[in-house]
Amino acid sequence: MIQEGIVRHGIGRLVSLIPTLLMLITIAFFLIRVAPGGPFDSEKPLPPEIRANLDAKYHLDEPLVQQYFRYLGQILVLDFGPSYQYKDWTVNELIARGFPVSLTIGGLAMVLAFVFGTSIGIAAALRQNSAVDYGAMGFAMLGISIPNFVIAPALILLFAVYAGWLPAGGWDWSVQRMILPVVTLALPVIAYIARLTRGSMIEVLHSNYIRTARAKGLPMSQIIRRHALKPALLPVISYMGPATAGLITGSVIIERIYSIPGLGSYFVTGALNRDYTLVMGVVIFYGVVIILLNFIVDLLYAWLNPRIRYDEAS
Amino acid sequence: MAAEAQKVPAGKPPILRIKDLKVSFDTPDGEVHAVTGLDFELAHGETLAIVGESGSGKSQTAMAIMGLLAENGTASGAAIFDDQDLMQLSQDELNEVRGKEISMIFQDPMTALNPYLTIEKQMIEVIMHHQGLGREEARAHAVEMLRAVRIADPEERIHDYPHQYSGGMRQRVLIAMGLLCEPQLLIADEPTTALDVTVQAQIIHLIAELRQKSSMSIIIITHDLAVVADIADHIIVMYAGQMVERGTARDIFYRPQHPYTQGLLRSVPRLDRVGGTALQAIPGNPPNPVSVPAGCRFRDRCEFAQDACKEDPPLRETDDGRASRCVLEMDREVSR
Amino acid sequence: MQLPPKETLLAMAATETADDDPFAAALAQEPVRGRSLWSDAWHRLLKNRAAVTSGVIMIVMVLMVIFGPMLSEWSGDYTDWDHTAAPPSLETGHWFGTDAVGRDIFVRTLEGGRISLLVGVVATLVSLIIGVSYGAIAGYYGGSTDKLMMRIVDIIYALPFMFFVILLMVVFGRNILLIFVAIGAVNWLDMARIVRGQTLGLKNTEYVEAARACGVGHWAIIRRHIVPNLIGVVMVYVTLTIPQVILVESFLSFLGLGVQEPMSSWGALVNDGAQDMESAPWTLAFPAAFLTITLYCFNYIGDGMRDALDPKDKS
Repeated sequence: MIQEGIVRHGIGRLVSLIPTLLMLITIAFFLIRVAPGGPFDSEKPLPPEIRANLDAKYHLDEPLVQQYFRYLGQILVLDFGPSYQYKDWTVNELIARGFPVSLTIGGLAMVLAFVFGTSIGIAAALRQNSAVDYGAMGFAMLGISIPNFVIAPALILLFAVYAGWLPAGGWDWSVQRMILPVVTLALPVIAYIARLTRGSMIEVLHSNYIRTARAKGLPMSQIIRRHALKPALLPVISYMGPATAGLITGSVIIERIYSIPGLGSYFVTGALNRDYTLVMGVVIFYGVVIILLNFIVDLLYAWLNPRIRYDEAS
Repeated sequence: MAAEAQKVPAGKPPILRIKDLKVSFDTPDGEVHAVTGLDFELAHGETLAIVGESGSGKSQTAMAIMGLLAENGTASGAAIFDDQDLMQLSQDELNEVRGKEISMIFQDPMTALNPYLTIEKQMIEVIMHHQGLGREEARAHAVEMLRAVRIADPEERIHDYPHQYSGGMRQRVLIAMGLLCEPQLLIADEPTTALDVTVQAQIIHLIAELRQKSSMSIIIITHDLAVVADIADHIIVMYAGQMVERGTARDIFYRPQHPYTQGLLRSVPRLDRVGGTALQAIPGNPPNPVSVPAGCRFRDRCEFAQDACKEDPPLRETDDGRASRCVLEMDREVSR
Repeated sequence: MQLPPKETLLAMAATETADDDPFAAALAQEPVRGRSLWSDAWHRLLKNRAAVTSGVIMIVMVLMVIFGPMLSEWSGDYTDWDHTAAPPSLETGHWFGTDAVGRDIFVRTLEGGRISLLVGVVATLVSLIIGVSYGAIAGYYGGSTDKLMMRIVDIIYALPFMFFVILLMVVFGRNILLIFVAIGAVNWLDMARIVRGQTLGLKNTEYVEAARACGVGHWAIIRRHIVPNLIGVVMVYVTLTIPQVILVESFLSFLGLGVQEPMSSWGALVNDGAQDMESAPWTLAFPAAFLTITLYCFNYIGDGMRDALDPKDKS
């Protein structure tokens, strides 16, 4: 049946997510708990009774295993608990505040990266060893090699400080304030996708079935559109998972440099202040986002690949 | 056995004339000479087999004719097909010939079909492009062609993807695809090499059958003499980029002239051979294609090698179209 | 198979598959010349201008970070109050200028480079040791051992590793040893996968089977036959991992989670420089340029080595 292969594939993948998620939560939990020094170890030791109250409030007085399962139970209902640092906030509220901002930047950067990355890669592959190819690949290597925390200040200097065309930072959901962060975030991904696309397109163009298509007398434009494009883009599709992880990591830096109140900013602040619940919450949240996106990408890949989509045997 | 009776009236010009074809590849290790001056003619309705070891240049000959050489390859010479020299055509002009007048079937049916497109899409695009038919007509035609190559239930199977077909069936599909526009010439490059022995026989049988039904000319390229024994009219034996022998299939099998052809025949299992003769491989290897030595290229492996072989041997030809590139006289007693 | 000698190059000439390649088959029967495989690769690498240039630059870079600071009259932690935030100048001896508290950027950049390069090399070695042993064992034993070990790698792979490094730094404090281990410990996965794939292929080659038939032990086979054959691919991978690791370290240091004062690294210096970039852009420009050049060169060298050892990629 048409969709049977993909459904079976999807269920298999979904099941295999469980140990990954469990491992994610477990590592995060125990790493924090073996940490020397708790969240309430400030310079001035708290009076014992207050300390005990706080511990009881956050269940820090229970045995570790019990805490672990309590936390696991909370995660299941997506409750990351209160933030230690931002006293009146729960981690959920902080995520709800920060994530839409991060998602906007990240999503736009991903679209930008896909469109430009694949276009540059295909253009380079079709003119292999030409000036266009060398130029594009030189640029791509630069994009991969220059860290985004170098690109960001450089762009701010150029476009904000010297030229004055764009604001240097801050966030108000306006397009002007999005341009620099999104471009900075997208650049390394554009570069990587361009290299990937070029490589896979060249490989596809050398494949036997392209030779068959040429022997049929089809014009090159049609061969590329109908025969080469899809297989050449498949590796890019499977790169979308890791790319998401890269964008999320990058957004931590970008948000800090451009003073954007996204989830990454909260994470860094939390990390510097040992706000364990916040840090753990963000790690798990982003972990889940990455894992789920990988899953979606995987399904998309399977759906695009008839060998998996129409797989009749197990 | 080979049909000596030509199906075409004599006097009609050959459908394909290859003149001084040279193919070379620019590699980091130097210029590789794959084909060094090849001439032959192919008559209307004739089936020609080009036989040789790996590296003899037989496949690259076909690629050069089709304009499908790898990017680092260059070809010179002439390939006159229907009064036009294929070597001089632009890619656009070649596309008017490829798939329409000349079709090609490749060696490995497992990878020659696009795994991401249904058989239907891959077949109808040829018809729609070359004959301008609509989708429905094209599909009907494709189904008929699949039926002709004995694909069971073609109306349904045409919607399948290549991985749902077996190797032999894929080769049938490729043959069907090649025949869609009723080409004048079909080039089959090792059409059976990647297949099981029983399937090989079926495919050869299919080609032979198609040959009977149409006036199409066929070039079969193979390393396996046994494959073409039953269907070739003429055979060209290639070695290290050169033609070393040419003749009718009967001549090649029963009166081989060149020591290399004789060696090839000794390495083919045959039922009609008198018992007691063991299969023999030809000792040694072909010369390095980057720096081919002067003189006969086979002399290092030849049991009849003599001083004269250090000079380039002449291509001795007879009036009946036989040729042998050897210092030895033609028609000497063949000892086997 | 991974390091194709001359044969494969010739094979590239044709579009045929390997078994009917015009010349590969013929040449493949010649005895394999182990020496010429490496020297062929070396010659191809030397022809790659980008890689050679990068290599020369990197040698100069390493010499500079080791000996460069000795050339300057200033030391990295000295605060020259006469010249705070001074632009680059030959007269003051502050060739790259000074930062807001008068520290010499030239010396600080080179000393930061020591840390960055050291982290790059040491953390890569850590990932190399873990990855190669893990991958070789999984690939060599194969079967269910392999399946389980690779499943674990898959699971870890899906985790957001950068966040875990940050978590490790937060939890265990910021010291340089931990940076080595943390980065190395999360970076071995690719290496394990590559080595495992290679080993799986090598395991079934005739000479390994022959060794096994002769009763050679598992460890001896791994050490004598598998590991030497992995050297090429591992070298390429190491060259490509070093810049990644340097990048991760500078990322951490930029966020203030990496090396701590008085130690410095390029990432920390870029962070400092970014604060003052409007008034003293040189404090950003020099460390950023050194870092970028290093990453760029390593990537080109790695690419060049891969092409030289596996010319199939290039046509």
